[in-house]
Amino acid sequence: MKAKSPVLSRIFNALVFVFLYLPIVVLIIFSFNDSKSRTVWSGFSLHWYTELFHDEEILSAFSTTLTVSLLASLIATVLGTAAAIGFFSMRRRPRQLLMTVNNIPMTNADIITGVSLMLLFVFTGNILGFSLGFGTLLVAHITFNIPYVVLAVMPKLRQLDPNLGEAALDLGATPWQAFWKVLMPELRPGIFNGMLIAFTLSIDDFVISYFTAGSEVSTLAMQIYAMTRKRISPEVNALSTILFVTVLVLLIIVNLREVRQQNLKDRQNRALKRDAAR
Amino acid sequence: MKTKTPAIPYIVWMGIFVVIPLILIVIYAFTNFDGHFTLDNFSNIDVFLQVFGNSLWLALIATVICLLIAYPFAYLLAQEGPVFRKIAMLFIMLPMWMNFLLRTYAWMSILENNGFLNQFLGLFGIGPLHLINTDGAVVLGMVYNFLPFMILPIFSVIDKLDKRYIEAAQDLGANRRETFRRVIFPLSLPGVLSGIMMVFIPSISTFAISKLLGGGMSFLLGDLIEMQFLGAAYNPHLGSAIALMMLALVVIAMLIMNRFGDGEEGAVVM
Amino acid sequence: MKKIFSVFLALLLVFPLFACGKKEENVVNVYNWGEYIDESIFDDFEEQTGIRVNYKTFASNEMLYSSLKSGGSSYDVIIPSDYMAARMVEENMLLPLDYSQIPNMANLDAQYLNLEYDPQQLYTVPYMWGVTGIIYNTTMVDHPITSWMDLFTTDLTGQVLMFDNPRDCIGIALKALGYSFNTTSEDEITEAANLLIDQKEKGIVQAYVMDQIFDKMINNEAAIGTYYAGDYITMSEENPDLAFCIPSEGANLFVDAMCVPTVCENYDNAMAFINFMCSDDVVLRNCEETGYSTPSATALEQMDEEVSGNPVAYPASDILDNCETYGGLPSSTLSFYDHEWIRICLAKVKVH
Repeated sequence: MKAKSPVLSRIFNALVFVFLYLPIVVLIIFSFNDSKSRTVWSGFSLHWYTELFHDEEILSAFSTTLTVSLLASLIATVLGTAAAIGFFSMRRRPRQLLMTVNNIPMTNADIITGVSLMLLFVFTGNILGFSLGFGTLLVAHITFNIPYVVLAVMPKLRQLDPNLGEAALDLGATPWQAFWKVLMPELRPGIFNGMLIAFTLSIDDFVISYFTAGSEVSTLAMQIYAMTRKRISPEVNALSTILFVTVLVLLIIVNLREVRQQNLKDRQNRALKRDAAR
Repeated sequence: MKTKTPAIPYIVWMGIFVVIPLILIVIYAFTNFDGHFTLDNFSNIDVFLQVFGNSLWLALIATVICLLIAYPFAYLLAQEGPVFRKIAMLFIMLPMWMNFLLRTYAWMSILENNGFLNQFLGLFGIGPLHLINTDGAVVLGMVYNFLPFMILPIFSVIDKLDKRYIEAAQDLGANRRETFRRVIFPLSLPGVLSGIMMVFIPSISTFAISKLLGGGMSFLLGDLIEMQFLGAAYNPHLGSAIALMMLALVVIAMLIMNRFGDGEEGAVVM
Repeated sequence: MKKIFSVFLALLLVFPLFACGKKEENVVNVYNWGEYIDESIFDDFEEQTGIRVNYKTFASNEMLYSSLKSGGSSYDVIIPSDYMAARMVEENMLLPLDYSQIPNMANLDAQYLNLEYDPQQLYTVPYMWGVTGIIYNTTMVDHPITSWMDLFTTDLTGQVLMFDNPRDCIGIALKALGYSFNTTSEDEITEAANLLIDQKEKGIVQAYVMDQIFDKMINNEAAIGTYYAGDYITMSEENPDLAFCIPSEGANLFVDAMCVPTVCENYDNAMAFINFMCSDDVVLRNCEETGYSTPSATALEQMDEEVSGNPVAYPASDILDNCETYGGLPSSTLSFYDHEWIRICLAKVKVH
């Protein structure tokens, strides 16, 4: 299937990227603005970057975001992977039922998830004597993270040779050994993928945090939302620029390495084949 | 390795943090502040139908626009080389690392009366156009924020299409249009449906986008719910009733999806 | 057995999470309006008392009320306006203050004490006062602004910013129609709401805003808007084209007061903070930063002539006499307000 005109199609795709990156470019440029204005350019300055490192509010919100996202995605990965393995060994009917419930937080509107969790937390909080805070925020994040991990691990389980585990057990491995040494390497890409998705979603989440974090903690997104009530400080632009560039660089490094490894593997394969042909 | 035990912690977790909260929404929707059963929360339904209609309409427009952009994008991208494809997909995901509120806020700077777009158009003697604080701006915000969620599932389906089907169709004499209409499009439908869900539901329930780009001139279901819980008209019972109606909408959408797909479409996203 | 073990494990995982909502020892959680304090005073407070200020802001009285009512949050000091303080007293949401721990109360002018919203002076310490009014850009509005009705004429189509909270927004329409802010007549409130809906449908309103008005008025995004006098003073420092008018029908005279909600967890710290907020040095710094007017007699004496003589911050008594405060409203009227406010929110622009 060849497109009629690759030039036209590339222009279309390029325009989509322009659309997606236009506001990001605006943000990055204005993080270097000398003044507070977000529409008038008044000269280049690193002012907001130095300010940023003295702004405790933003930094603590950022560290809360990182902590919550890291913890939530880790815990969700453990629970989700275990759940996927368990689901996989169930019969079709109960599995389908559980997968439907699993899909709820994913398909459901964020605001409903947020509001319903808030009702639960406030309700049980009144009985057990806790208030909204880091704990409830973390639980909420884990709750919307797990489904993605489950869904990322499931296909890997399906691809698995069902006899693999049995073979390991037959050969005298304990169930734990069979899990770590045989199952794990096969599942690892799915698990890693799930964790990455969970982490990304946690970092970007606003709505669910907004309803479940209460008064004592604040994530970066909540801080930004509070700022939109007046004016977002260019410090936030600076922080986001740093974050964005970091991720970009990481992605480039990881991908370059992958491409290089792929090339290496190809070359080895070719060499092997050549040897075999001889 | 056949054991169900590892799933138990998550099943308990789902029970506490997914099922019970939804039951609480139902309970709140049918009670008043004194905790008595009531249907009062649904009595103002005519007023809310109006906001339902409005949100549904804007979310639909946003979903259609997303589809019109995302499908050709994904289709054309699928024909590029593997490295290009991979990098392009990474760049579709990358904006998520910059908080969506911040990116939406940047659109404010672009769309304002004295914003970049009007400054730019002013160079050609056009405008200033009234763009911000309109339904159009809100739809743009939705399209901007949720477009990647339409592109990802469609692309991953088209990308994984078995090329032999297409070759077979062409061998059997189908032209390009027929191949697309009768082979490629039907096979990519699960991705399209998954994308529609992933754009439509966040669009219909957003409140941050309408606040930022709508300035109170465009009022959506999400705004109405937020208003009852943390906003200007505190009434969690009424808020739950509206949330319940929205939930019904979500369930209907899910059922339609299930009818078309095999029940585990979410996997398409990965 | 294995199953029971896993359930146990799951529960074990859940509960420590709640427990780690650890209580920081010496902190005071303050919940205030946005742009309503000089945040540098927090460092001084911590230096003097060792108490760290955890500071958060809200956009309107109604939002403050909602987040307290929703539960799960713990604030020690909140700063509602008069009418909201009255409602909170009514609904038992406030703790009585221990004035023996607030000696700086003596600095305050007696005319700001024992007001209608707290007649026995049991629950509140006034923080700032001011009036609402119309802020307009003299380069964009070509006729003088004198009346609330000027906000409803079509010659400013697309240029008007209205309050994004029910009491202030509906209040303006009530005044424009010649009614009281505190009317309980549903007909009058409906008439006011209809006026606002008509204004919105005709496309006169550009947006409903709270603190976003700073940005919009400073950047000439809108020609005219309604907001608080103190904030006009802050805005006019950045955009000298702005002017302020207290409409001839009279405006809202408000007092915002420091209170302690029943969910408070650090009562003594709250008292210390309120006392600190009444000390002259802090009052002067807050007035300087926010542009609002102080109820402190001793601080007013020390203030720059230029500031204390500013007729926007400290209007002449005949103008103040023409203003009206928001009183507490019966709950049936309050829920009618909610109902009408939702109706206003739902209205759509009909032209274009």
